[in-house]
Formats: sequence, C-alpha cells, structure tokens
Amino acid sequence: MTLFGALGFTTPWLLVGLLALPVLWVILRAVPPAPIRRLFPGVVLLLGLRDEEQVSDRTPWWLLLLRMLAVAAVILGLAGPVLNPETDEEAAGAAPLLIVMDASWASAEAWRAQETALGAVLARAGREDRPAAVLRLTEPEATTFAAADTVASRITGLIPRPWEPDAERTGRAIEFLPEGAFDTLWFSDGIARESRTPLLEALQGRGSVTVYESPETLFALAPARFEDGNVALSLQRLRPGPEREVRVVAQGRDPSGAPAELAALPVTFADGAVLAEGELSLPAELRARVERFEVVGTASAGALTLSDDSLRRREVALIAGSENREGLELLSPLHYLERALEPTADLIDGALPDILPANPDVIVLADVAALGGEEEEVLDWVEDGGMLLRFAGPRLAGSELSREEEDPLMPVRLRAGGRSVGGAMSWGEPKTLAPFDAESPFFGLDVPPDVTVTAQVMAQPDPTLAERVIAQLTDGTPLVTRKRVGQGQVVLFHVTANAEWSSLPLSVLFVDMLERLAVSSMPAEPEAAELEGTTWEPQMVLDAFGTLRDAGTLPGVDGAALATGALGPDLQPGLYQGEDRSLARNVVTAETEIRPAVWPDDVPVRGLAGPEETPLAGWLIALATVLLFADVLASLALSGRLRGARATAGTAAALVALALLMPGHARAQETGDSQGADVDFAIAATSEVTLAHVLTGDAELDSLAAAGLRGLSDTLFFRTSVEPSDPMGVDLETDELAFFPLLYWPVTPDQPTPSAEAYAKLNEYLRSGGMILFDTRDADIASFGAASPNGRKLQDLAAPLDIPPLEPVPQDHVLTRTFYLLQDFPGRYASRDVWVEAAPADAEFVEGMPFRNLNDNVTPVVIGGNDWAAAWAVGENGQPTTPIGRGFAGERQREIAFRFGVNLVMHVLTGNYKSDQVHVPALLDRLGQ
Amino acid sequence: MTTAPTLRQHAEEEASRLPALLARAEQLAGTVLLGDHGRRRAGLGDDFWQYRPMAAGDSYRAIDWRRSARGDSQFVRDREWQIAQSVLLWVDQGASMRFTSGRNLPSKADRARLLALATTVLLIRAGERVGLTGWSLPPRGGRPQIARLAAALSDDGADDYGAPEARGMLPHARALFVSDFLGDIAPVEAALTKAADRGVRGVLVQVLDPSEEAFPFEGRTIFQSVGGSVAHETLKAGDLRGRYLDRLAERKGRLDALCRLTGWQYQCHHTGDSAQNAMLWIWRAMDGGHG
Repeated sequence: MTLFGALGFTTPWLLVGLLALPVLWVILRAVPPAPIRRLFPGVVLLLGLRDEEQVSDRTPWWLLLLRMLAVAAVILGLAGPVLNPETDEEAAGAAPLLIVMDASWASAEAWRAQETALGAVLARAGREDRPAAVLRLTEPEATTFAAADTVASRITGLIPRPWEPDAERTGRAIEFLPEGAFDTLWFSDGIARESRTPLLEALQGRGSVTVYESPETLFALAPARFEDGNVALSLQRLRPGPEREVRVVAQGRDPSGAPAELAALPVTFADGAVLAEGELSLPAELRARVERFEVVGTASAGALTLSDDSLRRREVALIAGSENREGLELLSPLHYLERALEPTADLIDGALPDILPANPDVIVLADVAALGGEEEEVLDWVEDGGMLLRFAGPRLAGSELSREEEDPLMPVRLRAGGRSVGGAMSWGEPKTLAPFDAESPFFGLDVPPDVTVTAQVMAQPDPTLAERVIAQLTDGTPLVTRKRVGQGQVVLFHVTANAEWSSLPLSVLFVDMLERLAVSSMPAEPEAAELEGTTWEPQMVLDAFGTLRDAGTLPGVDGAALATGALGPDLQPGLYQGEDRSLARNVVTAETEIRPAVWPDDVPVRGLAGPEETPLAGWLIALATVLLFADVLASLALSGRLRGARATAGTAAALVALALLMPGHARAQETGDSQGADVDFAIAATSEVTLAHVLTGDAELDSLAAAGLRGLSDTLFFRTSVEPSDPMGVDLETDELAFFPLLYWPVTPDQPTPSAEAYAKLNEYLRSGGMILFDTRDADIASFGAASPNGRKLQDLAAPLDIPPLEPVPQDHVLTRTFYLLQDFPGRYASRDVWVEAAPADAEFVEGMPFRNLNDNVTPVVIGGNDWAAAWAVGENGQPTTPIGRGFAGERQREIAFRFGVNLVMHVLTGNYKSDQVHVPALLDRLGQ
Repeated sequence: MTTAPTLRQHAEEEASRLPALLARAEQLAGTVLLGDHGRRRAGLGDDFWQYRPMAAGDSYRAIDWRRSARGDSQFVRDREWQIAQSVLLWVDQGASMRFTSGRNLPSKADRARLLALATTVLLIRAGERVGLTGWSLPPRGGRPQIARLAAALSDDGADDYGAPEARGMLPHARALFVSDFLGDIAPVEAALTKAADRGVRGVLVQVLDPSEEAFPFEGRTIFQSVGGSVAHETLKAGDLRGRYLDRLAERKGRLDALCRLTGWQYQCHHTGDSAQNAMLWIWRAMDGGHG
C-alpha cells in the first residue's frame, strides 16, 4: 500500500492511467459528436448551403472537462484509495505467536469478528512463517506451536463456551503455556476478572502481549424476579454510554405449542448508566408459558435468562363447603389456606364447573363431600395431572362418602363419625404429630411440638392404607393420606383447614407442608441446603450464543452444586428437572456484575476491526457515474436530441411530484382539524341526551335514520321529561360511542364490516351499559334465518359482538311498560318478533304477580326488522315523511311505533326501574296496610 | 397506409361539409357535351328555358301543343343549352409526400389525396367530369368515377419528387395540382406553361409539413430525402435555419409568380392546419368566386 499523507492506495500503479488524460483530451476534442440522420424532404433546398462556423462542431470545453473528471474519478477509484489506512506497526518478530482467547459467553457476541480478526492474524503469521498456537481459557488444553496455516484451518472449530475463565481454569492455562519465548495476542471478552493479572504477568514474561477487544456493548440480563405481581428484569451493560433503549422479549409457546414472542418490554439505560430495570406485567397464564427472556438483537448467553418454576405461580382453586358465614372470617374453612397460599400462588374462586375449564394446578376442597355431579370431570382432571387437595370437616365426616367403597376422589375409606380426643367431653390428651418417614414428601420438616389435633376423620384399615399415609399422629392414626390417580394425585388432610380440629393451620408447618406438596410455588431461589441430596437432570442446555439445545445424555447434577457451583463443563447453564419442579441455571445470576476490563498501559489494546479505515473507491466510482450521466444529458442537449426526452421526462416528473404532494397536502389539512373536531363532537354529544345512529355509508338510509331519530327525539321532547337534542350519526371507526345511550343501527347487506378496533369499542360500549337497536328493515320475513340478505349481514355484523343469549320480547318484559303499556312494537312493518336479552333461567311466575321478578339489566341489544326509522321519520317541518300503512290504521301504527321508541329510550335511561314497581303491592301488603 | 375505401370515406366526409360546388364553365365552346351547366341561352339541353312564338323554320314537331292549345298562336318550347366542365387532377405521388414530422400529423400525401378527392366528390356531385392528367384516367362523370379516382390516387410513386403530368390536358378544362413542389421546379413551369397554352386554368396547392416550414433542427445532422436519393450533412443545423427559410420563401414566391403569369391560383397549405380551410379555399378558387 502506498501512502500519500492520510490517503493510501491499494493498487497505486493504476494511477499511471492519469497520464493518459491529456491524450484523451486531444482525442475527444478532435472528434465531433456523431451526427443524427433525419428524413427531411426539404433537403433539396439545403443543397449547397455551407456551415458558417467550423469550430463549433467540436465538443465544448466544459463537456470535455466533465468527461475528464469522470475518467479521472474512475482511475482514482480503481486505484483503491483508502482514507486513514491501517498500517502494520507490529514488528514482524520471528517469535512464535500464542493466541489466547477468553472464549466465554461474553465473547459470543463478537465471535464472528473475532474469527475474522483471528483469520487475518494467522494469515499474516503464515506469511511471516511464524508458528502459532491457540489457547482457550474456558477450555485450557496443552498447547504446542504449529504452522499458522494448520492453526487457521482449525479456527472454525473453535467456539466460545457458556461459562467464564475463572481462577482455576486460568491457573491451569498458565501451566499449559508452551516453553520458550513467544508473543501473545489476547482476544479478550472485555469483562474484568481477578484471574487476568497472573496470566498477563506470565505472558509478559515470555514476550509482548497485544489485546484485541470488541468495543461493542455487552448486555447481561439477570434472572427474572417475581415482585409485587410483576416480573422484574434488570439489565446491565458493560460500559456506560449514551441513553439507549433495549428491547427485552419474553419467549415461550403460544397455546397451540408454537414458539412465540409472548411479551416485550423496552428497557432504557439512562445516559451514563450501566444498570437498567424494567417491570413486565403478565397474566398468570402467560407468565407460566414464558420459557426465557432475551435482549433483542444479541447473540450471547448472558443476554438471555431462562425462567423456571420460580416465575410460575401455581393456580389454586379454593372451594369450601359452607361459605355463607359472613363476619366469622377466622372460622372460614378457607381463611388459613388463603393466607398461606396468597403470597406464592394465584388463587381462583368460583364454582367447580367454572373452574375446571381453567385447568388449575390444584383444587382445594375444604370440607366438601358432594361434588354436585362433577365427579367425572374432576377425575379426568386429576388423571391429567391435577392435584386434588381435600380437607376433612363436619360435612365430610357426616357424609357417606367413601364409606363402603373407596371413592376414586378419596385416598382412603373413612370410618363413620370420626373421633374427638382431648376435648372437654372425651378422654385423653390432644394428639401430636409423629416425625415424618423418609418416604414422606414432608421428610426433613421439623415438627413443632405445639401442633395438636383434637378431632380427625379416621381411615378404614385397608391393605393399601400404609403406603398411602404420608403423615401420621403419634398414635399411628393417619393425618395426611395420598393416592396417585393417573398422572395426578388426591391428598386428604384428615383435619379441617381451619383451627377447629387442630392447631396445624396455625403453625408454620402447615405452610411448609403445602409447599412440599407443591400446592404453593417455590418462593425464590432455593437454598443449597434445601437441595442437598437431590439430583437434577439437565433438560436443555445453553451454548454461549444463547441457543437452547437438548441436553442429550449429560449426567445428572447434584442439587447443592446446582445451587451454588460455578458453571463449567460439568454444570452447564440450562434447565434442570427435579422431582416435581424445574430449576434454571443461568449464565448471569442475580449477583453477577460485569465491569470492563482494565489493561496496564504497556499492553496495546485494539478493536477487532479498524473502524477508522475508510475506503473511498465506492465514492469515486459513484462520482464518476454521476458525471457520466451528466455528460449524457449534456451531449443530448448539445445535439438537440434532449427535447423529446425532456418533454416526457418532465411531464412524468411533474405527475409524480403532484401525486406525492396531493395526499400529503390533504392529510396535513385533516390532522390540523381533527383535534378541534373531536372536542366539538364530544361537546355536541354530551350537552344534552343525544340519540345516535350508525352511519352505514348509504346516504339515503343515513338521512332516513337521522330523520327517524329526529322524529323520536321530538316525540320524547313533547311527551316526556327526556329532552334530547338533535340526533347524530356516528362513524364506528372514528367517533367516541360512550356519549350515546342508544345507537340505532340499520342493517344493509352491503355496509362495510367494522374493523377490529371498532368492535372492541362496541363491546366496551355494550359492557358499559349502552344499547344497540339493530334494525334489519326487512319486516323480519326470515325470522333471523339466513334467508334474507339483511339477516345474513346482521349475523355477520353481530358475530364479534359480546351479546348475551336472546329471546323474543316476553309479555312481561320491562320494555312493555317503561312508559306506555305496549305489546306490539311496529315500525313501518308490524312484525311481532323483536328480540332482547333472555331472562335469567330461574325467573318464575309467582302467583298473584303480573310480572316475573326480572331484576335484570338493560338489555344490551334489541333486534328487530320493523324499519322503525321510517315510521319515526319526520321532515324539517315536523311532518312525517314516510307513508305508513293506510289511512287511520297507518297513523295508529305510526303512533304505536313512536310509543315503542319512547319506551325504548325510557328503558335505556331508567333501566329496570319499572320492573321494581311490581314489588310495590307486595311491599305495601307486608307493611300491613 | 390509406387504402382506397378509407380515403374515399374521408373524402366524402370532407365533401359533405360544403355546398355543392358548381365549377364555372368559362368556355362553352370546344368540348361541348350536355351537362348540368345552363348557358343561360337556348340550346340543346334537358331543362326548360322559355316558350317563344313559333317562327318560320321551326318544324311542327317543335311546337309545344299543350301551351299552344291555351291560345290561338303556336309556341315552341326552348331548352337551355347545357354543358359539363372537365376537371383534371394531378396529385404528387413522390416519396417526399409520404413525409410527416410527428406521430399525430398526417403525411403530406394523405392530406393531398384527401383534398383532391374531396374536390372530386364535390365536382362529381355537381355533375362535372373529373379525371387525372395524363392518359391513365380520362375525365368522366358519375359516382363510379370517385371510386376509380380514389384507387388511382392511392398509388405511391417511386420517385423522390414527383413531376406534374402535363399531357392529355383537354383544352379549356380546369385543373387542380397538389404537391409539395419541393422538387425541381422546371417541370412545374413547363406543365403550367403548357396548360396555359391550351387554355387550362387551375389551382396550385402546395402542401407542406410544419417542420418544413419551421426547420426546428439543431446540432450535427445528415438530412436525407425520403427516397434516400439526396443527402446533406451539416455540423450545426441551427445555423442553416435562416438560409433554408429564405430559400423556401423564394420557392413559394416563384410558384406564386408562375401562377400569376399563367392565370392559375396558388395556395400553400400545412398538414398541421385543418383540411377544411384548404378545402374552402379550393372551392372558392375552382368556383372563381362567381358562385
């Protein structure tokens, strides 16, 4: 490479080509531009005419200059100019070259660059005939120098490891250093370690040391913690830098089992900060499916953290036999369970049929004897891996459950009655607990001496009883029994879940037992002592790049080592499976703190790539292209051939510019007004009660709907205390719906289906008490079959809506009497079928009452096909615009239609008020008047 | 390429926009044939002219008995003396006429044929006899002649520049010459002189392309005639413009002078203009302004 100041050329001899430029100048100057051939009948008139100027046929000087510049740029570009080229400063020593690589998880991020740099180093060593050797600190091996080419061929086999070169490994590496003097190139991962110093000293004793380090930012993601219902993530970066936002995503499987990104959290490093925290709020179901959190755009095991059961909160459903004891909370069968489980589990309340589809991990039945016909489903659930935890109690003791035959959902048969010891009316002292057997899941838990049992249900002696007892009293009677059913289990505490029968629920042992039964979740990182003696089987292991692989035949790991041991070939980071839970071992732990490595001043540190080297060839070639293009235009212009091209090109350019400008202009106008329009719309809609109709896009229908609602509003104004303002048309996509008590929605077969956002808004509207009056306007000829196009469209439109079960308006529906007493709801048509929300299933007629006791809500939808808007429609002068029926009968029908509208608006505004009035006679009767 | 049927259709369209053209017969003597042109004197013809008292020498067969029965004297019915005019066409079929400078412009030949045939249609409709100069298609009347003329006009010539055919001109006929007149002017002079000798008067229409009038060329150019026989190279076409236009004006002036000398009328028409203008002018010229 030849240097000219800061500019270097890779192939400088090409610059000789610049000498040819003057020659080219002369040649180009001599050659006139090529002539155009034109047909021209008038040529005969031209014959004999001579050109006056002979000079102007030559290429003008500025065009020549343009071409010269272009050619010069090409020559310069091909000569390979480089600004600030990297020069070889290293003295080409003859000493062998030792390449030391950290090759840890932190190297993985820049591994590709390291490989490239290593290849370059080895290639140079090969040219200089220097032998080389590679020593990886994560996997120190005895090293011998070999030809650099041989070493280079092995580069691709070198991969980083997902652990760190700790003191022990570095010590071994020092032992493995080859004999004699050598120079060292150290590919560092950039993280400060105590163990670097002795190795550096040892290396410097043998020769020069040069360090290669990637300047890229390195991230370390600490294991996710569960805090205050949120998942807390803390992220470190190696070097402080400017403010930067990093995206952390939770990866897991979607309900169909396919890998998916479940959630994303932007984490922002403040300017100069190395630590960033973020909290992610995830529903329990989603949280349980999270497999790992990782920083987007990184390829390092440190920027990824696996989640295990510590993040997963078990779902526990609590069901008690007797709930209706308000005020006696301490006696509630579930009180102690709730207190014990609340911190570590997600509790579900509800009836059994509602709970089972949610597939909880545990169902707790506190003193429940009969499952109300759900036994089959519960059994299926247990066999699929559910855990049914039952507590005894007066009801269970008094029932015939599992008396003669063993109930599949009971671990043992029970004797009638149970027993009571140590009470005022019985002999003997209250019993205490016996120490737990080695086979018991409770083994190892301390038994507090003050835990006493005063009453229990007794198990029938059976051949299987002994193996099912997992906790017993000092007299040998079972306290907890367990039976495995399929993949799940049924556990029975022979005492109550409250403190009536025993003091067990008051003690800390109760919480520990629940935890051992895996009813509650593991609260935090397990202590080494807790895992003492257990063996954990690796399921998936991580490599340094953060890729999860099947663990294959890796041996099991001792529990204590898993908790505290340093990562290495024997303890690889990954997911480990214990008896009933899984544990993740991550590269970065909560204690890990990464700091940039600091090297002594006499050790040169280099980046992996020379960022300051700027090749200029591309720019010069581009410049030449631009110049040549300009030359084309100029030549065309000179020879008079540009005219046609310019006209078309100019037109096209103008059209494109116009097309680009027009929508932008229009959009700018729109955005300017939208804010003010929104506010105006809100004020107009809320200053008075306002009826609204959905804009269908059919102008005629929309104006009819507006006229109809105007007529209804006028009627309401004249006859009732509801005084609505002018009705408004609402666009479901853009307008806020919450202002309107009633939406009239005429259905046409060709109206556009609203977007998903609009449906979300509509559902929110319906949930918050709004009502939609659907009008198919087809006289309901099809009775909501799919036969009428309007009916089909209605089904399409209403499918995504959150609509309850419907029924035709019953005779006693509150809609029939909110203002007028009505039984018909005609519009332009007089069909009877108008559908509203169905009455509750348990509503019954009571003797002597005219109406059922329907303390229901406002029906969210009214569906009919009577074309009410047409019957209500009035013009500006207040006169009806649409003929209804014939003569007086038609006018009567219009009047009834108006009455229906009044009733409907009254129903929306007053809810079930008129329904409550049916109680008045009964109340008066009770008061004795 | 304009085929005979489409050419005729275009010509009929052009012709339909004008009132029937009655060519004025200047000379009644000579080529007397019965036609539609009354000579405003009694003679041989079909149309009634006048009744006159029977004079000596009239045969009894000449007496109009119906008129004579109303009175005591005998009347003879005179008919108007009628003749038909012969009009001879020459339309340049040289290659130079096939030139057009723009995609939206008709070629000069198209325009020339259109004008010629439109005139033909009008003349035939007025009862004249139309033919080509030379011997290929002598003047005849009747609508079939329109088709024959259309076919004859559609032929393309091989020469670069056409020369007028001055043979076969009937004495005292009328003539219509349509060409760009860019070629050698000597045959034109000869033809017009010969025509004037034989008493033929006519109209000279020069059809030019707009680019021939404007010469909008720049840069180094080789100009070629359409047939390729003549070429001229220039290094700076823009510089030639002034001198070319001078020469063109000179050519026009010469044609005009020639026409004045021989009693013809000269008009220059550009293909960029409406054909109707040229048609109107031709009609006025052929009619001699004596409608």
